[in-house]
Amino acid sequence: MARNLLVMLGLLAGCYGFNFVMAEFIEVVYVDYINLCGLAIILAVGLNVINGLAGQFSLGHAGFMSVGAFAGAYASIMLTYGVIESGPLSFVSMGSFLLCLALSGLSAAAVGALVGAPTLRLKGDYLAIATLGFAEITRIVLTAQDAIGGPTGLKRIPKMPLLPGSEKWDGGTSTFWIYAFVCLVILLSVNLQRSTFGRALICVRENELAAETMGVRASRMKIMAFVYGAFFAGIAGCLYAHYQHSVRPDDFTTVRSIEVVVMLVLGGLGSLTGAVVGAVIVTLLPQFLRPLEESLGLSGLSMVVYAALLLLMMLFRPQGIFGQRELSLKLLRRLVPGGGKESRP
Amino acid sequence: MSALLAADQLTMRFGGLTAVKEFSCAIESGELFGLIGPNGAGKTTVFNLLTGVYRPSSGTVTFAQSDITGQPPPSIAARGMSRTFQNIRLFDELSALENVMAGAHLRGNINLFDALLRTGRHAREEKRQRDWAYKLLAFMGLEERAGLAAKHLPYGDRRKLEIARALATEPKLICLDEPAAGMNPSEKQGLAQLIRRIRDQLHVTVLLIEHDMQLVMGLCERIVVLDHGETIACGKPRDIQSDARVIEAYLGVADG
Ligand SMILES: Nc1ncnc2c1ncn2[C@@H]1O[C@H](COP(=O)(O)OP(=O)(O)OP(=O)(O)O)[C@@H](O)[C@H]1O
Ligand SMILES: [Mg+2]
Repeated sequence: MARNLLVMLGLLAGCYGFNFVMAEFIEVVYVDYINLCGLAIILAVGLNVINGLAGQFSLGHAGFMSVGAFAGAYASIMLTYGVIESGPLSFVSMGSFLLCLALSGLSAAAVGALVGAPTLRLKGDYLAIATLGFAEITRIVLTAQDAIGGPTGLKRIPKMPLLPGSEKWDGGTSTFWIYAFVCLVILLSVNLQRSTFGRALICVRENELAAETMGVRASRMKIMAFVYGAFFAGIAGCLYAHYQHSVRPDDFTTVRSIEVVVMLVLGGLGSLTGAVVGAVIVTLLPQFLRPLEESLGLSGLSMVVYAALLLLMMLFRPQGIFGQRELSLKLLRRLVPGGGKESRP
Repeated sequence: MSALLAADQLTMRFGGLTAVKEFSCAIESGELFGLIGPNGAGKTTVFNLLTGVYRPSSGTVTFAQSDITGQPPPSIAARGMSRTFQNIRLFDELSALENVMAGAHLRGNINLFDALLRTGRHAREEKRQRDWAYKLLAFMGLEERAGLAAKHLPYGDRRKLEIARALATEPKLICLDEPAAGMNPSEKQGLAQLIRRIRDQLHVTVLLIEHDMQLVMGLCERIVVLDHGETIACGKPRDIQSDARVIEAYLGVADG
């Protein structure tokens, strides 16, 4: 545990350095891509615990994200300005921001538990439809709330808090905050996946009846997975809101939920490494295809490439890029010619 | 009244079909108890009733002096009853070692916080599970297979791995559903010895469903016979072998 804290502190320092490099040397568009990748990674790694480890096909991740986004944004606006009014943007204080993040995570986690519990009996397609329905209901309910702006949502969401030395950074501290949580979710998920809890989650996925007769309380495990995934989706929502400075309920449509699932399927359902790689590919692909689209004058090209990529994936590597494997020293050694000593089973 | 497991008038109906009818038996601690009967007699259904997979239409199950009727499988596992499955249900993607460790999870007392932060408590629990799992794999003669994914194990080893996993929950009673199915005669003999050692060395009471008569008769101290859901005989192997109704039930099936 002490080691974990040290690792996390080291990673935070790394994030600070990363943000510094971004602010000083990298063009703003690319910084934007990198930040969007970070948000996608948080979403995908969280969802991987639900869909990949516990094997519960959830299609409602945008729903959890929206709950966190609106809870965090509203709290942040109130704590910073005291009213919802237009005006110049300012920074949220460090203390308020941490409070907002906690609020986002916890409110989304609470909703995760609420969704997890009644849908426990549903499997496969039925669960997917139920969670998709939940996300849509959430979006519609949010649209109907005038207190948070109705369909136009919240604007003038404060900037993420300054860090010592960050006053001159153009893009602010978004990269630091986003990647701090990327590191946190990856660190915790690696721990979870390798723990006896992670194994129990996988048992539920592999054979629920056997898991139950071995004493694993499958329902509890599933709810736990939902709570965990939803918590980080809520955090991602809060970061997203502060990053964009505005949120609308329509930012969280079914398309976004599906996008996160595509990240997982592309990378390899159940593989954390796969989730990260999938998140980066799905985020960057359209950004790089768009200029190509414009120069060739072929609008809609990115959608075609996207679909073709998924089709090819289904045909030739249905288990995703990484399958269920993780990027580890062992795997690297195996990939280096002559370096792998272990024989593959 | 000191029976470890007592089933009283257990009945299970599936729609119009009565799969098990008024099944009663009392198994003493330390016994090797057999449950036999022709195909479709209701043996697996009895296991499902005992281990909480099905809730009986009527009747009660008492285990270690408490009424466990209708309790969910994890609670029953926690009380000390474990089982294997006729149609093997391993965690296919996990290694043999991890399968057994999963069985050991039940007796651990760590929480999510320990798991997420890798506390010392978690490390100790992980080590306990690993050591215990290795011990059981060695006991079942599977130590060489520890790192292999369960789905890649040969058939006989898969059956043995299921037993190791069930033992990992530290049961008082283990229910084995046709553990020798699909094994060749020499494998069967090895398995019979293992089952005896489970009782003698690990002091776990054994309830065994098995079609191989030689194996059952040689191993079990008492046997109950089911046919069409009804109990047609109960007693020592010698008496069962000469029981007219048992012979009729089996010959009837053999002829049909
Ligand atoms: N879930 C269920 N729904 C409906 N019928 C069932 C169910 N489970 C078992 N049965 C029926 O109950 C009867 C007893 O089945 P069971 O599996 O207990 O037999 P068995 O003695 O284990 O047979 P075998 O030796 O073939 O394993 C069969 O007729 C079976 O079709
Ligand atoms: Mg059976």
